[in-house]
Amino acid sequence: MSQSTTTPAPLAITHLTVAYGDKTVLWDITWQAVPGLTAIVGPNGAGKSTLLRAALGLIPSIAGEARFFGRSLDEVRNRVGYLPQRASVDWDFPATALDVVCMSRYPRMRWWGRVPKAEREAARGALDQVGLADLADRQIGRLSGGQQQRVFLARALAQDADLYLMDEPFAAVDAATEQAIIAVLRRVVATGRSVIAVHHDLSTVPSYFDQVLLLNGRAVAAGAVKSAFTPDAIARAYGGRLNVLEQAVAEGGLQ
Amino acid sequence: MTTEDFFRLDLPALLAAILACGSCGLLGSFLLLRRDSLLGDALSHAVLPGIIAGFAITGARAGLPMLLGALAAALLAVFVIGLVRRVARLESGAATGAVFTSFFALGLMLMEATGARSVDLDLDCVLFGQLESVVWLEAQGFASLLDPVALAALPRQLFLLAAVAVVLAGLVALLWRPLHLLCFDPDYAAAIGLPARGLELALNLMVAAAAVAAFEAVGSILVVAMLVCPAAAIRLLTDSYRAQVLGGAALGAALGALGYALAGPLPAAFGQNFALNAAGVIGTLGGLAVAGAMVLRQLRNASPKPAIISG
Amino acid sequence: MILGYNTLVVLAGCALLGLACGTVGAFALLRGRALMADAVGHAALPGVVLAAMIVATLGGNPRALPPLLAGALVAGVLGVLAVQALTRGGRIREDAAIAIVLSSFYALGVALLSHVQTMPQAAQAGLGKFILGQAAAMRAEDALWAGGIAGFCVLICLVLFQRLRAACFDPDYARVMGLSVARTDLALLGLIVIVAVAGLQAVGLVLVVALLILPAATARLLTHRLPVLLLVSALLGALAGALGAAASAFEPEWPTGAAVVLAGAIFFTLALLLAPERGLLPEAWRRAHRRIAATESHFLRAAWEAQEAAGAGPGMAGDRWTPIAALAAARGWTETYASRLALWLALRGLVARADREIHLTPRGAAAARRAVRAHRAVELHLLGLGATDIAGADRLADLVEHGLPAEMATRLLAEPSALPASPHALGPKT
Repeated sequence: MSQSTTTPAPLAITHLTVAYGDKTVLWDITWQAVPGLTAIVGPNGAGKSTLLRAALGLIPSIAGEARFFGRSLDEVRNRVGYLPQRASVDWDFPATALDVVCMSRYPRMRWWGRVPKAEREAARGALDQVGLADLADRQIGRLSGGQQQRVFLARALAQDADLYLMDEPFAAVDAATEQAIIAVLRRVVATGRSVIAVHHDLSTVPSYFDQVLLLNGRAVAAGAVKSAFTPDAIARAYGGRLNVLEQAVAEGGLQ
Repeated sequence: MTTEDFFRLDLPALLAAILACGSCGLLGSFLLLRRDSLLGDALSHAVLPGIIAGFAITGARAGLPMLLGALAAALLAVFVIGLVRRVARLESGAATGAVFTSFFALGLMLMEATGARSVDLDLDCVLFGQLESVVWLEAQGFASLLDPVALAALPRQLFLLAAVAVVLAGLVALLWRPLHLLCFDPDYAAAIGLPARGLELALNLMVAAAAVAAFEAVGSILVVAMLVCPAAAIRLLTDSYRAQVLGGAALGAALGALGYALAGPLPAAFGQNFALNAAGVIGTLGGLAVAGAMVLRQLRNASPKPAIISG
Repeated sequence: MILGYNTLVVLAGCALLGLACGTVGAFALLRGRALMADAVGHAALPGVVLAAMIVATLGGNPRALPPLLAGALVAGVLGVLAVQALTRGGRIREDAAIAIVLSSFYALGVALLSHVQTMPQAAQAGLGKFILGQAAAMRAEDALWAGGIAGFCVLICLVLFQRLRAACFDPDYARVMGLSVARTDLALLGLIVIVAVAGLQAVGLVLVVALLILPAATARLLTHRLPVLLLVSALLGALAGALGAAASAFEPEWPTGAAVVLAGAIFFTLALLLAPERGLLPEAWRRAHRRIAATESHFLRAAWEAQEAAGAGPGMAGDRWTPIAALAAARGWTETYASRLALWLALRGLVARADREIHLTPRGAAAARRAVRAHRAVELHLLGLGATDIAGADRLADLVEHGLPAEMATRLLAEPSALPASPHALGPKT
């Protein structure tokens, strides 16, 4: 992981520490993402989603910061896309697949009136990329689970960002959908953009991803999959935790 | 019934019913889509102490101070509900129930203490609404509609209702898309840089404003019917956002007009001499509308249609 | 004021009613069903009015309580059934269903009430008091009815205690154990309907839900144990009921329901502010206390380490004068702030002050040694784990060391080992 002087890293996290109430989930994370396809892996409760959510400012952090392309998030909002964990949305909601995809472009449209034609076309293009162009006008509750996930992927893609943060893009989808999604992600990366995805299946990390961050409350290992995704690092990530400290914090609270 | 009676008694009340129920119906959809219908219940009760305080401070039944008092009370209630949820670790329904009943009780006691009820803001208005008291005494007939002097004497509740309705409709149009996303996926809205917290606050204030404006016409409790019933009825029938929101407003307005007509004027026109509380009839129709929508939905689902693909 | 027989009976009836609402409310709250009482209460209005109309038409006394309560009961049950019918499709959630039912049933009641007022038999007399409650208008006979029903509910709660507890705390486990949660839920729903109806005359249908929620929510703030929670909730409910009835006897025009609910709301607010474990003020006090303790220990450690940096070996520091400026630089504090802290610690007897310098007192030196020990123990532990680099360990240790119980510090760094040297250079913060 070399410090490039010309192009700043898509995501650089320094000293990020996050707690939910009295429970600290992330300890002093410092990590620089490298352009490409990166997986964040670690056991349950390792703080993978928390890392993304804290970087996006959706939850407060006690210390540290995240910078995108060398700038604060507010300066480069349009360059950062987000795919939340298979959302706890109301699937009965009155919205079609196309409506949902258009939502990602709301911040750059005016807020009233019809969705401009260009924006709608961009959204259609994103749906086409995930192979759902035919189902654009279907209410989201009438899509299968895999199709729903692909609609949310299309929504992220329609943001037309340079960096995508994806929280479990493969959660609860069948094998065919998983292949379709990874193909889309590869195409995205091939155009020089970056994807950072929280991933839960260790066995597919080497075949799907270029880079990896092993996380377990702290950054255990990071780097190219070939060099960083070693049995030893995996054992450290999935093995012992900072038990003593966690206990101390649980008992005494964080200052 | 003479034309003069219609313009003096029925027209202003009818307009008030339409504006009040239309405003509530418009906002009800957002509450329902946010799965937060209870908030309508809560805000319509919680504004009472604010209304009484606004009334007590100015000593008159003036629209603006009462509206401002009500908005302040609504904000306070929303804040306290959040606090109670966090500190007492109650689920949101129970926390909401604990807070709005307390606010309402406080409002009732304030009403006693400030003597508000003895003047002209009384308990009956809170509980049953006073649609019948919205009268236009200057009206002589059609000509009055063009007579500036007569128009100036239109009941001031109507002006407040109309102003609130216009502002709410304008805000909904202006915030059309952000509200859509806010209802669907507030987390994502925040992640892509929409001011989700601000929108939430705006929505709460809009609901509170609708609740206050409708309060005088239909009373505290029937506001709930108009916030929830039209939206729920439409919700059973459509999968389109536009149809949901506009339909909710239209159904609300229609129920308001129909309910008022059925409560007295219409039977009277047919020579029947009975009069019911208009707000009561409107609310009852709201319940019937939901029941009717359920039946329609059952019928539609029973008829052969392309199978729904489920995940 | 001399309390007459009637007043006393009404007072007792309302107290018993509050007791029942508190008891049933505790289970309803734990099971997430408390708002059902709101639907039931409001839904009762058309039942009461219709019952009065029927009785009046039949030539009976429309003010007799039993037929009115029977009407309320039927309407309340219909309300519950309506809520369940609305939620069955899945598209309307329970909170919306409750709002729909309570408002439209209530509206029907209001419309009927306005019709009754035009009826000749004066059937409407006193029906309005069901809306906000008017304990002063209760006769001893009414109070006995309400009290009797309430007593019955409490009895049922006691009989079903184990089942209700199982359904509230761990419905899945209860199912595995072969207890029918559905039947227990039905019983609970029945109890909610009955207490809500029994409470109509005293508390009124608009606010009866508060008498189920507020005492139970207050009790929840005060205790974790179910039997205690039940007892506290029942007692608070009884107290609120009695206070409301007393207020009503004192000032008959007051809506009793509002008085009852305000009493309950005051208890709840007090608990919210003052509950020892969860209350806002104790929590703020604990937080402030922790922050002060942390700052004190940072100051003492800085004093200790400044002496180490000035040449005293690790573990030997503690008896030199330290310039406040050096200490402030080590922590990244302003000198004014550090001086103010020094004054505070001097008051606490932990340091002695001279011109721009401080000296640890024996007690202060011991405390400083403990602080240094905890900090380094955590640092070394983190470094040993390879969790972070040296600077990171310092930062993290600052965050957690104050939570370390003595026993934990001992485990991390066994006494009587000498105090280890700091893993990082001591001196001004960069």
